[in-house]
Amino acid sequence: MDWFYELWPKLGEAFRGWLESALPDSIEGWVIYLVLGLLSMLVIVNLPIVGVMAMIYMERRLLGRFQNRLGPNRVGPFGILQPVADAIKIMTKEDIVPNGVDRIVFNIAPIVMLTPILLMFAVIPYGGDTFLTNLNVGILFIVAITAVDTIAIFMAGWSSNNKYALFGAMRAVAQLVSYEIPLLIAILGVVVITGTMNLNEIVAHQSSLPLILFQPLGFVIFFVAISAELNRSPFDLLEADSEIIAGFHTEYSGMKFGMFQLAEFAALMGYSAVIATLYLSGWEGPGLPGYLWLFVKVFFIFGIFVWTRATLPRLRIDQVMALAWKFLLPLSFLNVAITAVEVVVWENGLPEWLIPVNIVIGAGLVAIMHRGLNFQGQTRQVVPSGPERLAAINRPVGGGTE
Amino acid sequence: MYGLGIAKGMIVTFKHLFRKPFTVQYPEEVVPRGSRFRGYEFTWYEDRCTGCASCAKYCPLGTINIVTHPEGDPKQGMDYAIDIFDIDTGRCMFCGLCVEACPYEAIQAGGPLDDATYDFESLYRDKHKLTEMAQEHLHGHDFTYPNGKQAPQPDEKPLHIGLPVERDRTR
Repeated sequence: MDWFYELWPKLGEAFRGWLESALPDSIEGWVIYLVLGLLSMLVIVNLPIVGVMAMIYMERRLLGRFQNRLGPNRVGPFGILQPVADAIKIMTKEDIVPNGVDRIVFNIAPIVMLTPILLMFAVIPYGGDTFLTNLNVGILFIVAITAVDTIAIFMAGWSSNNKYALFGAMRAVAQLVSYEIPLLIAILGVVVITGTMNLNEIVAHQSSLPLILFQPLGFVIFFVAISAELNRSPFDLLEADSEIIAGFHTEYSGMKFGMFQLAEFAALMGYSAVIATLYLSGWEGPGLPGYLWLFVKVFFIFGIFVWTRATLPRLRIDQVMALAWKFLLPLSFLNVAITAVEVVVWENGLPEWLIPVNIVIGAGLVAIMHRGLNFQGQTRQVVPSGPERLAAINRPVGGGTE
Repeated sequence: MYGLGIAKGMIVTFKHLFRKPFTVQYPEEVVPRGSRFRGYEFTWYEDRCTGCASCAKYCPLGTINIVTHPEGDPKQGMDYAIDIFDIDTGRCMFCGLCVEACPYEAIQAGGPLDDATYDFESLYRDKHKLTEMAQEHLHGHDFTYPNGKQAPQPDEKPLHIGLPVERDRTR
């Protein structure tokens, strides 16, 4: 059973041995290294694409069950071939470039959107020896590289020459930039405890207890912020289909649209893996090998995403921004401060009795902080009536006196 | 406490996971329809039809086209022989007035519901096509008319042959 637990490193070793024996001796060593690297990259790039198909199927079936219906169950047994049919459909669709778009930006926006998401899978540890790179700033790399998506969304919205696309892009920039701050500071709590940004070492640190127990508040902040980052309901303002048609990808069709969808779900999968790595002890787990444990956790977290999507209605844009700046940002600062104090006081690892204390502190902070989050009366303006209304309408722009 | 409402909502949706889905798998299952449902195709039974053309007169859109001529021995009582009986289903609005007008229950609503065609012309049904559809319905429903009455078995004599002989219409 040993090969089962260390499947991918052993496969790599076996392939390298075969390559060294098969190729003539005049071939230099770096060629083998290059071929192996390209093959590993092929596996890593295809992983999210296969995973996205499974996630689309799971989302549609699970959302159907949440809404008391069945979901797709016609194509293949239990409908498992439905995402394949969707993929074939979307690849054979006509690729329309409307008149008046900025062609270059319009065409490269899906690529700019998808590429960082695929890069993200390079640093996630899938097992003890199963990872593509052991980057010492792994989590920083992930957050930095996925922030490029904001630019891609704005490129798509701006170049489409469509007001709804531009609305979606503007909302996207406001929302994504705002939520990156509490997201990063929530990650800081984990980094302070583990003392490293290397994802492998973060997982190794959680071999006894997952960090969600020591960081309950940080987990909640991270989850809410990542829901907003990934445009998941209730934060799906930038593609709110009942208000602005499809947001930034209104004008896209065919495989360009497919690449946006692919990037969205791949980001969901990648960040589910990041949540599992940071808070749920990553690939560690009894019985199953690491790569299977990671995907069990990924699909569990994805199920929670689907659950929130089935439950919560969409927020207004001012509510979204207020939640980020008035609620999550101070909470995340408090969280990282409390975590830092705990780490300084207990230098040799946090004691286990701190777990209920942390949960109580987190709940108390949420209960206190929500008083500052007053949604009422923020955007309402008192409109005067009668002659005052006329005067208000006729008042010159800029508030100058007549 | 902030977030309790969200937690309650999440629990509500979680309970929905374990409910029976409402989905009706249409081609395999069909939603039961009420007895007043209008929208079935018409079935027309030539053996019940006397050719009185009440249905054609009551049809507000004129979708029924009927041509008859008197036939038979005048001493035995003459019948109308039906030369043409067409229903242009493409123009029918399924008001059901023809069904109510028919004194002999020869035209009844209760045929197939999933009667989509690729060809507009095939919605124009002559008496052979209508009889074929009616016989299909009878064979599929244990020789019961759509209104619930029992139809004669195929080996029995048709109804209009067994008309009362003692009723002499010439007098």
